[in-house]
Amino acid sequence: MTPSAVVTGIGVTAPNGLGTKDYWAATLDGTSGIGRLTRFDPSGYPAQLAGEVPGFVAKEHLPSRLLPQTDHMTRLALVTADWALADAGVKPDQLDGYDMSVVTASSAGGFEFGERELQALWSKGSKYVSAYQSFAWFYAVNTGQISIRNGMQGPSAALVSDHAGGLDAIGQARRQIRKGTPLAVTGGVDGSLSSYGWISHLSSGQISTATDPDRAYLPFDASASGYVPGEGGALFVLEDEAAARQRGAEIYGRIAGYASTFDPRPGTGRPPALKRAITLALDDAGVTPGDVDVVFADAVAVPELDRQEADAINEVFGPRGVPVTAPKTMTGRLYAGAAPLDVAAALLAIRDSVLPPTVHSDPYPDYQLDLVTGTRGGPVRTALVVARGHGGFNSAVVVRSAR
Amino acid sequence: MPEKFTIEDLKSILRECAGEDEGVDLDSHILDTEFEELGYESLAIFETTSRIEREYGISLGDDALNEASTPRALLDIVNARLLSVA
Repeated sequence: MTPSAVVTGIGVTAPNGLGTKDYWAATLDGTSGIGRLTRFDPSGYPAQLAGEVPGFVAKEHLPSRLLPQTDHMTRLALVTADWALADAGVKPDQLDGYDMSVVTASSAGGFEFGERELQALWSKGSKYVSAYQSFAWFYAVNTGQISIRNGMQGPSAALVSDHAGGLDAIGQARRQIRKGTPLAVTGGVDGSLSSYGWISHLSSGQISTATDPDRAYLPFDASASGYVPGEGGALFVLEDEAAARQRGAEIYGRIAGYASTFDPRPGTGRPPALKRAITLALDDAGVTPGDVDVVFADAVAVPELDRQEADAINEVFGPRGVPVTAPKTMTGRLYAGAAPLDVAAALLAIRDSVLPPTVHSDPYPDYQLDLVTGTRGGPVRTALVVARGHGGFNSAVVVRSAR
Repeated sequence: MPEKFTIEDLKSILRECAGEDEGVDLDSHILDTEFEELGYESLAIFETTSRIEREYGISLGDDALNEASTPRALLDIVNARLLSVA
């Protein structure tokens, strides 16, 4: 029998809450963390709103040795991993290093660090560039730093597929569990809210230029006009179910299904491959659409992409056939951290029998979605998380109660 | 031009550009302790020597990195270079 992969620990750093408890309380309460950028002066830019993680002081959580060599998002990731491990009751120094993998996703690496060092290079010269630039801005840096900090030497990886990456990382971690690695730290914590990173976000043409935080990010609304970028995400301790049960671990749920697909080349007339990612993930989990209690949507808030997502969901579940939600309306879209944060919300929804809301959006009737616009009670056993990445990536994960 | 590069100067640069390992007390007798034992890998030493080069306007070359395995050895190299520049 194929080993089953279960989540035994959750760590969260999100714009509407530092730590799982704060994030979940804010989310159920409908409290948004979106506001005007403070990490740099956004005055000269067309878009000025973002989701920044509040109250994070790196030196309160990390040794001074790590500070000169890490980007802000890596510091968030290291602390998020610490919290996930503590939540799981796992002490890495008591385990064999080769029994632990790290698989994270990233969309831009340590962009803020890289920006600072490139400024030093071009304004002062190569002698002024930090030696740590050699790895601090890499896509793989979070995987590497989490691995070093916790002595995790099992098969590890970094996945780069924009917003879909967080699910691809979880899928890859599950693969390692099935191949026999007992434990993996996986998910994604991302962020590039620096001026250079901001320009890169703007180049997508999908960023909301609204100035009212309550009107800026409105997926599935007739007024949708792009999204708000954010930082943060979630990391998990994923374990082989038999091993987790043997040590008496508390289990949040099972990563029951995963699939990823790639869109056809533009101009071929063939449909987007999102629906196929959803059906493949459901098949992989051995569930039918009727088993799914809630869908966590990708929710780009770009009309054409919202339409494609609504169509894919309706083709699988039927019009208004399943509750759909986007708690990321309270955080902005976190790139590689976005879908892992949705997986965290899905696991907590299962634990607490509650559906977190989509805030501010007034559902456009044409999409025929049952959008969860207020916190809704009800048993949750099975949740689907959907994510798409710029350039054609589609991924889906099915999370199920392990009870 | 500073006359002499002291252990205090080195400690302050180490703290600033590489941090301080939790299990190590830089204020104890460290002159002859290997950098590796103090928790500094080659990249930390690379970062430290380039900071010294910038602040003191000297060039240490790759030899400094290869030969200076302890604070005392690095101090000697830096001070010899400061003398030859002076």
